[in-house]
Order: sequence, then C-alpha cells, then structure tokens
Amino acid sequence: MPLPYYVSPEQMMKDKAEYARKGISRGRSIVSLEYPDGILLVAENPSTLLHKISEIYDRIAFAGVGKYNEFENLRIAGVRHADVKGYSYSRGDVTAKALANAYSQALGNIFTQDIKPFEVEVLVAEVADGNHSKNEIYHILYDGTIEDEKNYAAMGGQADEIRRFLKENYRETLALEAAIQLGVRALSVTQNKTLTEKDLEVAVLDRTKERRKFRRIPPEALAQLLRAGG
Amino acid sequence: MDEPLELFGEFGNPSFLDLLRRQSPDLLPRLAVEPGSEPVRAPHGTTVLALRYRDGVIMAGDRQATEGFQVASRRIEKIFKSDDLSGVGIAGVAGPAMEMARLFQTELEHYEKVEGDNLSLEGKANKLSQMIRMNLPAALQGLVVVPIFAGFDDKLGVGRLFKYDVTGGKYEDTDYWAQGSGGKDARDSLKKRWKRDMSREDALRVAVEALLDASDEDVGTGGPDLIRGIFPTIKTITRSGFGDVADDEIRRVVETLLGERARAEKAAG
Repeated sequence: MPLPYYVSPEQMMKDKAEYARKGISRGRSIVSLEYPDGILLVAENPSTLLHKISEIYDRIAFAGVGKYNEFENLRIAGVRHADVKGYSYSRGDVTAKALANAYSQALGNIFTQDIKPFEVEVLVAEVADGNHSKNEIYHILYDGTIEDEKNYAAMGGQADEIRRFLKENYRETLALEAAIQLGVRALSVTQNKTLTEKDLEVAVLDRTKERRKFRRIPPEALAQLLRAGG
Repeated sequence: MDEPLELFGEFGNPSFLDLLRRQSPDLLPRLAVEPGSEPVRAPHGTTVLALRYRDGVIMAGDRQATEGFQVASRRIEKIFKSDDLSGVGIAGVAGPAMEMARLFQTELEHYEKVEGDNLSLEGKANKLSQMIRMNLPAALQGLVVVPIFAGFDDKLGVGRLFKYDVTGGKYEDTDYWAQGSGGKDARDSLKKRWKRDMSREDALRVAVEALLDASDEDVGTGGPDLIRGIFPTIKTITRSGFGDVADDEIRRVVETLLGERARAEKAAG
C-alpha cells in the first residue's frame, strides 16, 4: 500500500484559501450602501431570473457572490432558519446577527472539514426599525471569517478597487437615487464599459415600508434613474 | 420511480410545513386529545363572511369570542392577511384557528421566498385544506376549525372565495359565504342583499348588514359596540392588494343602517 502523502495543515489551508479566492475573483461584484431610509444592494448580474440578492425575512436581506449553486444553498438555509425562528418565537426575534453567525459556523466547518471549500462570500443586511437601533451589515467569507461593515461594503472579484472608490465618494446623506448611481459607478470602476439596467440587479431594504422591507427596483425604474444620472 | 425525488432530496422543497415536520415536529400544531375524554372548553370565534364585489372580495368578521355562555373577548380579530392577495377568516375554536392562520401565513411567505414566486390562488386554497385535515383528530374531540379563504386571483383577474368542511373538503363559492355560529343568519341576509358587481360602498353596506343580522339572531355573535367603539373587522382584497377598511368608515355605515332600522321601527309602531 502506498503511503498517503503528507501535507502540512498550513499548506492545506493555504491551498484551500487560494482555491476559494480564485473562484470568487472570477465572479462579478456586489456593493451595499447605507442611505437615510435603508440599505441598498447593487449587483452586477445579467440574469433577471437567477438572483444574487434576495429577501430572507422582514428586515433582512441576503447577497452572495461566487458559485451560484453554493450561495443559493446558503440562501435557502437562511430562509429556513429565519422562518422557523420567527414561527416558534416572534417575528421580531429574527436577527441578522444570529443568521450571520450561523453562516459563519457553516462556512467555517465546510472550509476545515471538506476537501473543497465553498467559493462564495455572502452579505447579511438588516435595516434598523427606526427606534434607536442601527443598520447591521455582516460580510462572511469562504472560510467563515465574519466582519461587520459600516456605510458601504463590497465583495466579489474586484472588491478592493471598488472599496477604494467608495471610500472616496461615499457620503452618509446620499438619497436613494444618488446612492444607486454611486453604486453602479462603483461597480464599473474596474471595467471599461458602462453598466446598464440589463447588467444590474438592484434591491433595497426600505425602512418606510410596512413589515416586509425588501423591495426590488424594477429595470424600467432603474433605467430612468441611470439616464437621469448621466 | 422515486429516483428523481431522491436525487433532489429536500433541497427544493418550498413547504414550511414539511420543514417543520423534518426539523422541529414539536412545533407542529397537533393537539393530542385522548379519544373519549371530556370536550375541552375554549373560546370560539363566531361569525366571519366573504363576498365578491366588482374589484375583488371583501372579508368581514365580528369581534367577539364566546366561551359557553360567556363573552371571552370583545376585541379579537378573525380576519388575517395571509399574503398580499389573500386572507383567512377564522371560525371555530379560536386558539387552534389563530395558530392555523399564522402557520398558513408563514407557509405562503416561505414558499414565496424559496421559490421566488407566488403560489397560485388555487394552490393556496389547497394548502389550507391540508392544514384543516391535519386538525381532524382534534376536530373529532370538538376542537373544530373551519376557516373561509378568499383572495384575488391575479391570473384570472377576479376575486375568489373558498369554504371548507371539517375534513378539509374545499368548495369554491362564486358569490358569498359566511361561517360560524352566526353564519347561517349572515348567509340569509347576504342571500337577499348580495348582487353581482356591487361597488365597494354597496358591498361594505351588505357586509355590515349581514353581521348586524347575525348578531341580532345569534347570541354568540357580537354586534357593533358604539359605546366602547368596537366595530367589525372589514378587509378588501383587490388587484392592488390587501386593504383595511378604517373604523371611521365602518362606523358611518353602522350608524346609517341603525338609523334606518330605528326609523322603520318607529314607522311600524
């Protein structure tokens, strides 16, 4: 019997991380921006049917980059987690924090135990309900690393450049229209084509809405906004 | 034959009920009642009704819950929004009925989020029918839950309403239906007053009048309470969604109807 050959744990983790990062960097990016009435999510996504941004619960949204089947799996797990919790306790007890921790645990376990790590990053956003609470945005990486983000966040292939662009241009007072225009500009920083409504998926957690805050911005409305912004 | 299902496992299953069955069966609303035990005494919701009108459907219910000959609550709600285009009116034992409405609402929302699309109105009605059937063992012990389901069918562009029996049997009605202890009296009233393609205003009046008649004849059904300011719950479900009818508007309708009745009484006496 041939000896199984030895790979040091350091090397193994490094290889896995590199593999996951490579997978993610091939994908398109997503940005999120806080604006006075909520949280905006903008994804570069040419498909109108396969979503990267979705509703999880009343005040919670999900966004994923990387391999579609993997983050779709995570999304459904999140909806199940939230609905069971909301049904067994109350709707107000479903929080982004608990969900982000669950994602972090799941991705961390997969990263250390499975041969192939997930090639995904996900964002869990919760809009504040207005009574002294704050928006919460969690960014979870392929290995379970979890960070909380403020004002703006970016993930996916060109996240670093996009983040740099947002750092310079983001202002907290941006209204929704301006925030969408900024988000779209941020996504096109690393490419030499202009993004149109056909390349984009945009949704918001709108604090002013009743109960379910998640709302998609339809392509027609988006087209108008983008034309207005030049 | 089972292979394709096996292959997909539970991944694509958009049912919240199935999820509870797999993951937390303890949360399923199953009332274990010993056969032959004493009937349980619990508050009952009394009269709910639904009727079609020009823009969709109206659902209405009185606000009283009764336990035996006692008033258990004067302000309970019996019409629940199940999603943007449908609602459930509960009649029967209040506790399990409200739980069923909550589970049904979660079921529809869960489906919508997992699938990224809404269930058809027919699909929603069938799902509710399965839930009523689940309650059958408890129903045999007297814990009967018999809701009305109504909604706007966006494919057909019309309002539709469904009534059920205790075994989960589902029957569509084209015009109106009322359920609960005052159900028969409300139906008698609706039979005389209901017309095809009524305006919202007329439909409101017909709904309030049916509940008024039910409270007149049935001790379980609560009438409008002008002193405490308690009025029936009325909801409209149309193409543009699930809407509340404000108490002020209902108060005006109630006062008009009571005024007319008082005048008729005087003229007769």
